[in-house]
Amino acid sequence: MKVARSETTLTHAVLVVAALIAAFPLASVIVTSLGGNGADGTGVGFGNYAEAWTQGGFASALVSSAIVAITVVLVTAAIACLAGYALAHMRVPGGRLILVLLLVGLVLPYEVTVLPLYQMLAGWGLVDTYGALILPQVGLSVPLGVFWMRSFFASVPGELLEAARIDGASRFRILSSVLMPVAMPAVATLATILFLFTWNEFLLALVLVPQNEAVQTAPLSLSFFSGAQHGAQPDVTAAAAVLVALPIVLAYVLLQRRLITGLTEGAVK
Amino acid sequence: MAATLIEQDPRRTAPRRRRPAASRPSWSSLLYVAPALAFFVVFVVVPIIQSVRISFYDWDGISVATPAGWSNYAAVFSDPDLRQALGHSLVLLVFYAALPVLIGLLLAGLMSRIRIHGLTVFRAVLFLPQILSSVVVAVAWRGILADDGPVNDVLRAIGLGGLAHSWLGDFGTALPSIGIIGTWVEYGLCMVLFLAGIATIDRSLYEAARLDGAGAFREFTAVTLPALRPQISIALILTITFALRNFDLIWNTTRGGPGTSTTVPSVFVYQDAFQNRALGQASALAVVLTVLILVVVGIVQLALRERPERAQRKELSS
Repeated sequence: MKVARSETTLTHAVLVVAALIAAFPLASVIVTSLGGNGADGTGVGFGNYAEAWTQGGFASALVSSAIVAITVVLVTAAIACLAGYALAHMRVPGGRLILVLLLVGLVLPYEVTVLPLYQMLAGWGLVDTYGALILPQVGLSVPLGVFWMRSFFASVPGELLEAARIDGASRFRILSSVLMPVAMPAVATLATILFLFTWNEFLLALVLVPQNEAVQTAPLSLSFFSGAQHGAQPDVTAAAAVLVALPIVLAYVLLQRRLITGLTEGAVK
Repeated sequence: MAATLIEQDPRRTAPRRRRPAASRPSWSSLLYVAPALAFFVVFVVVPIIQSVRISFYDWDGISVATPAGWSNYAAVFSDPDLRQALGHSLVLLVFYAALPVLIGLLLAGLMSRIRIHGLTVFRAVLFLPQILSSVVVAVAWRGILADDGPVNDVLRAIGLGGLAHSWLGDFGTALPSIGIIGTWVEYGLCMVLFLAGIATIDRSLYEAARLDGAGAFREFTAVTLPALRPQISIALILTITFALRNFDLIWNTTRGGPGTSTTVPSVFVYQDAFQNRALGQASALAVVLTVLILVVVGIVQLALRERPERAQRKELSS
């Protein structure tokens, strides 16, 4: 395919500009976080990080985020595999209705659930505990998880299941010994996406663990921290933002290919 | 999520495989569905039903609730503050959905014509805004748009210092500034989605278009655009949903201020429910927001699904 060399160069130039704009805010926050050190306030160093770490309690916040995100991912992946398998390969009574319900759940704004969730969890004495963050987020992750696993299991060749069935394998055994080994890449992509969503969730954390600093997640701590500072110490706030973004950015560097292909192409194949 | 939504179009899924035991419903299969369904019903369906119920009452969450009929819903459309918030949402739709999709299409259109060097790196960088927590995004942009931030530095350096001001703190520029942040968050996503779509287009279609003497623009409208229909639909659904919800970004940049210049429905939902103790009003607004999102998503899916005759032709040719 022939295209003028000038067009190739120009398109790459446009692409570089688009990428620079995409990266600029993170780069700018990193630069800000490293500045303002030393006696005259012009030195470069990690002083702001030390200050943010001790003032903002981010060690505990990062641990909370990890506990919540990992639990939500594990529980959701497990129950989504069970349900996805059944909806793909069994005649589930009311299966169509279940799918329609879950489809609506995919685009639902959390705003419509937060108030009753708060009242319900307060009634159970769970507000300001890990349970208040984990239980609703499993529920809200179910639609994506079930659709994801169902479309994967539906794509597995029927002969594979048929062969196992002829060998006398039970339905659960087919899932655990035949399907799960081939499903691992799909489960891994689902886990990555759910981890990202759960780690970054803000509204639920704001509403459901408002008072207990010990269980507050990293984005919520950052929000309180940056709000309380009122921008008086932008470089310390910036350091806090980098601390909160760091685990996700590192994971992204490792997993970006899986994540992007998963999010954009996944089941289209 | 994108993929699962695309997969929903029945014409796009493979013909259903015949399942031997499919003749009668299997009640025991409900055991497999039960755990997921239980979580979904208890923590999503029941709260929604509760929200609808509460929306028909006047309630401060403490004393006895009094039935309010449809008055909370009437207020959503007559209260000037709430109407203003809905208006802001419409403005933000342009910034959060229309602009990113257009920018994404433009870039993807340019990129469809050549082989891109370093595509993986570009893709990863352009997708970066999507993975950052909205609180981190808010902190970063508050710095960029601040009085002494880089935007104003550049304006002063090029002699436009008169324009320099606190972009998020000014009544006139706060809403468009938040809009620009939304455009920034979403354009990479749109572009990455469209690139994935373009990768599946048969290259011979471009060759044919060029043999027919089609220019770059004609090539885009005749080949690229029609083939991207499913991706455009997904991009619009994701960006519109993000625009209409949009609590995190506003809460962590302006909290609806200055004054009421950047209020949106979700901020009122939170404030009415947890600060002003107007639980019925908050619920009615949340229900309206939900219905609005479902309706808009439905319209986008209907408008952009493949036309039957096109899909048929595809099946015949495959």
